[in-house]
Amino acid sequence: MKRIHPKTTEKIVFSFLFLSTLFIIVPVILVVFVIITKGAGALSWEFLTAMPRMGMRAGGIFPAIVGTFYLVMGTLVFALPVGIFSAIYLSEYSKRNWLTRFIELAIVNLAGVPSVVYGLFGLGLFVVFLKFGASVLAGSLTLAVMSLPVIITASREALQSVPQSFREVSYSLGASKWQTIRHAVLPHALPGILTGAILSLSRAAGETAPILFTVAAFYLPRLPQSIFDQVMALPYHLYVLCTQVPNVRMELQYGTALVLVGLIIAANLMAVVIRSYFRVRKQW
Amino acid sequence: MVTFMDKIQVKNLSISYGGVPALKNANFSVRAHEILGIIGPANSGKTTFLRTLNRLNDLDPRYRCEGEVLIDGKDIYRKWDVFELRKKVGMVFALPTPLPISIFDNLAYGPRRAGIYNRRRLDEIVERSLKAAFLWEEVKDRLRESAMKLSGGQQQRLCIARTLALEPEIILFDEPCSGLDPISTAKIEGAMYELKNQYTLVLVTNNTKQAARVSDRVAFFLMGELVEIDEAHRIFTVPKDKRTEGYVSGRYG
Amino acid sequence: MRKYYEWVIETLISLSGIASIVFVLLICFFVLKEGLMLFRTTGVFDFIFGTRWYPISEPPRFGILPLILGSLWVTAGATVISVPFGIACAIFIGEIASGWLRETLKAGVELLAAIPSIVLGFVGLVTLVPLVKKMFGLPTGLTALSGSIMLAFMAMPTIVSIMEDALNAVPRGYREGSIAMGATKWQTIYRIVLPSASSGIIAAIMLGIGRVIGETMAVMMITGNAAVIPKSLFQPVRTMTATIAAEMGETVQGSDHYFALFAIGIVLFVITFMVNLLADLFLHRKRI
Repeated sequence: MKRIHPKTTEKIVFSFLFLSTLFIIVPVILVVFVIITKGAGALSWEFLTAMPRMGMRAGGIFPAIVGTFYLVMGTLVFALPVGIFSAIYLSEYSKRNWLTRFIELAIVNLAGVPSVVYGLFGLGLFVVFLKFGASVLAGSLTLAVMSLPVIITASREALQSVPQSFREVSYSLGASKWQTIRHAVLPHALPGILTGAILSLSRAAGETAPILFTVAAFYLPRLPQSIFDQVMALPYHLYVLCTQVPNVRMELQYGTALVLVGLIIAANLMAVVIRSYFRVRKQW
Repeated sequence: MVTFMDKIQVKNLSISYGGVPALKNANFSVRAHEILGIIGPANSGKTTFLRTLNRLNDLDPRYRCEGEVLIDGKDIYRKWDVFELRKKVGMVFALPTPLPISIFDNLAYGPRRAGIYNRRRLDEIVERSLKAAFLWEEVKDRLRESAMKLSGGQQQRLCIARTLALEPEIILFDEPCSGLDPISTAKIEGAMYELKNQYTLVLVTNNTKQAARVSDRVAFFLMGELVEIDEAHRIFTVPKDKRTEGYVSGRYG
Repeated sequence: MRKYYEWVIETLISLSGIASIVFVLLICFFVLKEGLMLFRTTGVFDFIFGTRWYPISEPPRFGILPLILGSLWVTAGATVISVPFGIACAIFIGEIASGWLRETLKAGVELLAAIPSIVLGFVGLVTLVPLVKKMFGLPTGLTALSGSIMLAFMAMPTIVSIMEDALNAVPRGYREGSIAMGATKWQTIYRIVLPSASSGIIAAIMLGIGRVIGETMAVMMITGNAAVIPKSLFQPVRTMTATIAAEMGETVQGSDHYFALFAIGIVLFVITFMVNLLADLFLHRKRI
């Protein structure tokens, strides 16, 4: 059998690898392209600011946008403090022992729990046991627990990347441990923490399963008045539009998808911009 | 025999890291208003000893020490509050370590953590410290600029000024000129010479010539042991121990 | 005064530190609390191995074997598709592409990761499903195959990014040594880099699988929701996740159906817990 020259093998293999990569990337671009082109037609001032009419077949998606906004805010309020403090614990206070390993395992597991199981958890704890009912409160708390792993991991990395010399300088000037964290470490970890938070919250905005049983309503005549009210939300709205309501114009469905994807991609871009801006300006 | 005021007294001090001994049974004193130079080859325990004086070694969980270190007669582990200690015993590290904030904020860092927020007081402190470190003239018009823009020598003087802002009594120097050019080195050495009138200085250095230039007394550490301590000129001309002689004459190191 | 304030903050920090453990335990507890109630009326064996899922018949049957198999088929299909492509993509991006090509491709993968599953489900429903129906001449495009394809796409960013980390962790010296001995780049990748990163690669695959098993919305919209034991990839199936999502809205709180859905949740939690545990162990293994 004739031996093939290794360089030829390499060329063939690399072409395969390139094609495989394209096989993944091209559909993604196509999907985004399709959503933009087919959904742009539905975008209008009315679509974004009016209430839905005719059982969702006309009018706007304003309440869903508002609902998603409230949920993200709620998630932020609950997840950010706990997440950042947890990261501070891991980065500045914990020792290399079994407790730390347990915490890390717990974080990995929280990250891997299926979204629908989060929905069950939220239902069991917040809606039923704590009697919050299906509400913004229950939904936000559920999404907050779901967002913790990403926030903790990103914040911990940001904190650990601050040079140890900053801490030593601070201690040698007589500062206490918390003062050192607060004034010599945290300010310089902020960009990383911020990008982690944005990415985590934008994921929460797109989640459907956790809010199915904990907050989402299909149609509400009024905007929510308190945190104990149910809300509409963009991902749930899209789900209902394309599976439960007959005869909805495709344009409306694509339009809803476009708004949701648009918000998420905008948030991701913001995170990327923040990350690059601070990387350039970083003097250490 | 105590003729001078002993600012720092070291009694039977032994230090180990995770079981590995770094300093064995050291006994000596540092007199007030002197510059004590500590010389010796790498891994002799010089920096380890220095970092014990301001209890920076506490940060390392593998660190253990026995014996006593007394500053102003009080045991630094049992009678001193560690935060007060670190304000009284300032440290300048080997590589210039300005924080990536403005020059003003670098200097104001210590005082602010100590509770001083009054703007006028901070201005005074900043000016006083920069003057004492011989840096005022060069930066007085750009206090708001980032400290990272200064040259290496200027940054190191900034670090000196930073410790002075807390009005310490002792200043520790850990090979402060190792990354600096000769001119900056000369400026730092000149600053040290002026500073000793007000403060007590302990200088760890790998550069025996520098120790000879600057120190009043010199201590020679070898492999974790204090071999000899004496007036500077005697260490370098008529050392009592053969090992000291070998090191200062360059036969090993 | 300051000492007291700092003590409060440090206590909060420590409490937050163990928050993750607390939440995992809470999730465990609440899913178990409702799920175990099912086993007063249905036996565990009947639940897991029962072949009929008829929650609304009289009497109701809660056998989840069709659902388990549904999840299994879809997951297996997705894995078979996503692993080769994912590995190929990770190798290409990590070892071969450079400069702007690499950055663009990485951005593409991150874009895929950012699209929420509901949107991918929606797009799959309107494009992929009719396509599958036409291509294979099936009565409906809502099949396990469609689900597998969609899920494969959703798993790929996970596989690619973890593998990328694993490849990056291989020291440069290994590659340079190999090239210096005259090997081609591909030979280096194949013989040195990949074996070296093997535990990371396994972890990437496992985490990808975990992602797929846990996916709910896209799968619910595309696989057809027929809770029968699947005989081929070209049939509609029902996964465990889709069952919970689809039926919870219609159950009465406290009914057996309600408990049964939580019981499925227990099964899901246990499966993903084990997969993640294993993957984490692989990630932390020392390199050979």
